[in-house]
Amino acid sequence: MSILGATTNELRVRLERGDVTSVDVTTAYLDQIAVHDAQVQAFLLVDRDAALEQARDVDAKRQAGHAVGKLAGVPVALKDVVCTKGVRTTCGSRMLENFVPPYDAHVVQRLKEADAVLIGKTNMDEFAMGSSTENSAYQVTKNPWDLARTPGGSSGGSAAAVSASMAPLAIGSDTGGSIRQPAGFCGVVGMKPTYGRISRFGLVAYASSLDQLGPFASDVSGAALLLEVMSGHDARDSTSVNVPVPEYSRSVDEPLAGLRIGVAREHFVEGLDREVEAAIRTALDVYRKLGAEVKEVSLPHSQYAVAVYYIIAPSEASSNLARYDGVHYGHRAKDFSNMIDMYSASRGEGFGTEVKRRIMLGAYALSAGYYDAYYLKALKVRRLIRQDFDQAFQSVDVIASPVAPTPAFKIGELVNDPLAMYLSDIYTLSANLAGLPGICIPAGFSGKNLPIGLQLLAAPFQEERLLRTARMFERETDWHKQRAKL
Amino acid sequence: MSYTVIVGLEVHVQLLTKSKIFCGCSTEFNPDHPNVQTCPVCLGLPGSLPVMNRRAFELSLKTAMSLNCQIAPFTKWDRKQYYYPDLPKGYQISQYDLPFSLDGFLEVEVDPTEGTTRRVGIIRAHLEEDAGKNLHDETGHGTDSQVDLNRAGTPLLEIVSQPDLRSAAECKRYLEELRLLLTYLGVSDCNMAEGSLRCDANVNLHVHQPDGQDIPTPIVEIKNLNSFRNVELSLEYEIKRQFEEWQKTGKRLGEVSKETRGWDAARGATFAQRGKEEASDYRYFPDPDLVPVTVTEEELDRIRESLGEFPADRRKRFKEGYLLSNYDAAVIVDQGAELASYYEEVALGCGDAKQAANWVTQDILREMKERNLTIGQFPIRQPVLIALLGKINTKAITIKSAREIFVDLLTEGLEGKPIEPSRIDELVASKGLALVFDVVELDAVIAKIVDKNPKAVADFKSGKQAAVGALIGQVMKEVKGADPQRVRQMLVEKLSQ
Repeated sequence: MSILGATTNELRVRLERGDVTSVDVTTAYLDQIAVHDAQVQAFLLVDRDAALEQARDVDAKRQAGHAVGKLAGVPVALKDVVCTKGVRTTCGSRMLENFVPPYDAHVVQRLKEADAVLIGKTNMDEFAMGSSTENSAYQVTKNPWDLARTPGGSSGGSAAAVSASMAPLAIGSDTGGSIRQPAGFCGVVGMKPTYGRISRFGLVAYASSLDQLGPFASDVSGAALLLEVMSGHDARDSTSVNVPVPEYSRSVDEPLAGLRIGVAREHFVEGLDREVEAAIRTALDVYRKLGAEVKEVSLPHSQYAVAVYYIIAPSEASSNLARYDGVHYGHRAKDFSNMIDMYSASRGEGFGTEVKRRIMLGAYALSAGYYDAYYLKALKVRRLIRQDFDQAFQSVDVIASPVAPTPAFKIGELVNDPLAMYLSDIYTLSANLAGLPGICIPAGFSGKNLPIGLQLLAAPFQEERLLRTARMFERETDWHKQRAKL
Repeated sequence: MSYTVIVGLEVHVQLLTKSKIFCGCSTEFNPDHPNVQTCPVCLGLPGSLPVMNRRAFELSLKTAMSLNCQIAPFTKWDRKQYYYPDLPKGYQISQYDLPFSLDGFLEVEVDPTEGTTRRVGIIRAHLEEDAGKNLHDETGHGTDSQVDLNRAGTPLLEIVSQPDLRSAAECKRYLEELRLLLTYLGVSDCNMAEGSLRCDANVNLHVHQPDGQDIPTPIVEIKNLNSFRNVELSLEYEIKRQFEEWQKTGKRLGEVSKETRGWDAARGATFAQRGKEEASDYRYFPDPDLVPVTVTEEELDRIRESLGEFPADRRKRFKEGYLLSNYDAAVIVDQGAELASYYEEVALGCGDAKQAANWVTQDILREMKERNLTIGQFPIRQPVLIALLGKINTKAITIKSAREIFVDLLTEGLEGKPIEPSRIDELVASKGLALVFDVVELDAVIAKIVDKNPKAVADFKSGKQAAVGALIGQVMKEVKGADPQRVRQMLVEKLSQ
C-alpha cells in the first residue's frame, strides 16, 4: 500500500516495524506537495530540508533503540496561526508577513515531544476570520474535490492538505467552525475539542473565549491520536482545564452500547440543502441499525447563535488585534506624519477587509452606550445557548447535525455577501459559544461529487464518547476512504 | 468670598513582587538596560497569554485589609483599551466594575503635635499592570522616540480616595501616612524617584455664597505627580487658579467637562493636557484570557494574621507604653518600621525610654540626614547605643561625654571599623571621660583650688553665687571626667563651712 493512501495508524505500524522510514514517509508527502500544491495552494510555507532533517533525527532515534513519541516520524501540517520558534508565522495577514516568533506554541512543543515531523504551515483566512480561506492575504486555497470551490475556512489550508494527501495529519483552530466546516467541505475528519482541553498558549488569538485548537486527519483514529498528543493542562494558559486526558486512540474502536443520539428540530429548517439533509438522515439510519436510539431534542436559542457570535467574536477580536499597531513588531507604514497617523496607516495597510470589518463591529459593540445592549446581552444569550445544550445532554449522548447548510461553495460566490458567508457557520457556532466538543466526519457526497460532513456534538470533556460514536459510523461506511482526484 | 477645597487622590503603587503580574519577568528598576526584562507575554507578542501572579494579589489583599476595605469574594479582570506606544497589547489589564476591594478608610494624623487624626475614605483599591515607558528625544532635534518595556507588566495597586481631603497640606499628610503604611506592610518600597508611587489628584472648590449655598467649580484632574512636594505645590497652585477662574468666568461643575492638567515643576504651574485619545472611551470588557479570582475566608484569615502592627497603633503604644510625647512618637514611627523597631529595642535595653527617644530623634536622625544614611546603614547598632546610654544612666559618663563618644563611634564605623560595645570603654579610658567618684581625690583638688582663689571664696561668702562657677571650671580642668553637679555640690559645702 502506498504511503499516501495509508491512515495514520497504518503509517505508525509500518514505521514501528521498520517497513518504511520517516524519511520515506516525509519524502512522499513533500513530493505530493511539490506536485500538487501549486494547484491547491494549501501551504504558505514548506521547508523541505528542515522537514527531512526532523525525519532523519527520528529515524536515528528509533534505530538507536531509544523510546520514541506517539507520532514518531509522522508528518503534521500546522495552520499558520500557531507560533513556531524561528519559523515565520503570518496568520494569513500582511500584518505579520515578517513575524518570526521567538517561541513555540504549546501544541508545537507537544508535537515535537511526540517526535512528529512538522512539514509546513498552512493557509488560512486572515487571523482565522472567514469561512472560505479567501480572506488570506497570500493565496486562495482550492478545494481538492473541485478546484473551483473553496475548501471552507478558516482552516482551509489544513483541511485541503489532508484531503489532498499532502499531510496525514494537520492542526487547525476553530472559533466558530473553522475546523469542522472545512473538514466537511474537504471530506476529512476534523475536531474541535472542549474549550480548555488544549492550551491556547502560542495560538494567535482571534476570539479568546471561543478559540480552540484541534486535529484534522483522514480518519477518526488519526484524529484521536493527534488530539491525545495535543491535549492536557498547561499552566501558561489560565483557561486550560486540568482534567486528565484519556487515551483516545486506545478506546476509539470500542462501540458504545445504548447510544442516544439527539437531533435538534431547529437544525432541519429552511436554507438546508436537500442533498445534505438526505445524507444526514441516512447517517442517522446507520446509527439506528447499530442499535442507537435517535431522539428529537430542542435547542430553542440556537436561532440566536449567529447574532451572538458576531457580537462576541468581533468584540474580542477588536481587542486582541489592537496589539498590531506597527510599534513593536509587524507591519509599519512607511509614510506617516504623527503617532496617530502611524497607527492608522500601519493598520490600514496591514489588515484586510474582513478583519477591518470585524474590528469595527467589535469596537462598536464595546463602545460606551452600546455595551449593555450588544456585548452584555450577547453574553446572556450565550449562557442560554449553553443551557439548551445542558438540558439536551440530559437525555442524549451526542447531537447529530449537518456541519454546514451546503457542500463547498464556489470561490468568489459569497465573498461579496458577508452575511451569507456568516450563515454558512450556522451549525457550528453554537459549540464554540457553549464550549462543547464537536467533530465532523465524512458522511456522503452530493450529486456534484462534493463531500458532505456529519457533525456530532457532545457535553464538555466527552471527547472520548464523541470519537467512539464517530468511529462507529466510520466503520460502517467508506466515505472517509474516498480521495479527491488531483 | 471663601471656599472649601475638595480633593480626592488616586495613588498608583508598584508592589514589591519579584516577578511581574502576568509573567515571570523581573520587576527590578533597570533604566540603563532597556527591554531586557521582557518575554512574549509582557511584550504582547501574538499568541502569548497572561497568568496571574498570586503573590501580587496577596500583597494587594494585605493592603486593602489594612485600609479597612471590604474584600470581594469574587473579582475579575478587565481590559482597558487605548493606543499608546508604551502599551504593547493595545490594552491594559485592570479591574473595572468588580474591583477586589471596596469602601475602606485611612486614619491620617493631620496634626502630629496635637495627635489629631482624620478619617479619609477609600472608594476602592484595584490591581492592574503597569505600562512601559516612552523615552522621547529631549534635544529638540526631533529624532525617534523609544520605548522601554522593562516596567510593562509590573503589578500596580491603584488606591482611590474619597474626595475627603481639604487642603494641599492634608493631601501631603495623607500620602505620607499611606506611604508609611505600605512600607510597614512591606508591600511597596514607595520609591517615588523610581516611580514606585505615583499620584493623580482630582480637585475642585465649593465656593460659599452669601445666601449660605455652596457652588462647586468644575473638577480638574492633575496627572502624574511624582513627589509629595509636587502634589502639595500643584494643588496650592491649582486651588488658586480655580478660584481665579471662578471669579473670572463663574463656570460651575457640569458646565464644562472635566479637564486633565499636567504639572510643570520648573514653571511651578499646572497646564492643560490633551488626553491619550480624543475621547476617553476605554471600551472596558472582561479579559477572556484570565479566569475570575475567588478569595476564601481562610485565605483572608491567614493574611489578617500576617498583617503585624500598623503605624497608628504603634504611635499609640509608644505614647502609652513609653510615655512619649505625640511629637516624639510621631517622629519615630513616621520614619518607618525599621527605625521604630531600632528605637524600641534601645528603649527596652537601656531602660530609659525617654533618653532613648531623645537620642533617636535628635542625634541619630540628625546624623542620618547629614550623612544620608538609612537606619539600616547606621553603624552604631542597638547593642552599642544601649551600652552607651547605660553609661549615662549609671552616671559612669556625662551626656556630653556620651555625645563625644557617639561621634567617635560613628566616625570609626563609617570608616568601616567594627563597632562593639567594648569600644565605648576603650574610648572612655583613652579620653579620660570616666566620672570620678574618688571623693578623697576630689576633696584634695577642691581644697587646693579654694586655697589658690581667696578672692572667689570671699566673693561667694559675700553672697555672689556666680563666683562658684569659675572654681568648678578649675576643678574640672584638673580632674577630667568629674561630674560637674557633684563638684558644685562639694564646693558649696566646702565654702559654706
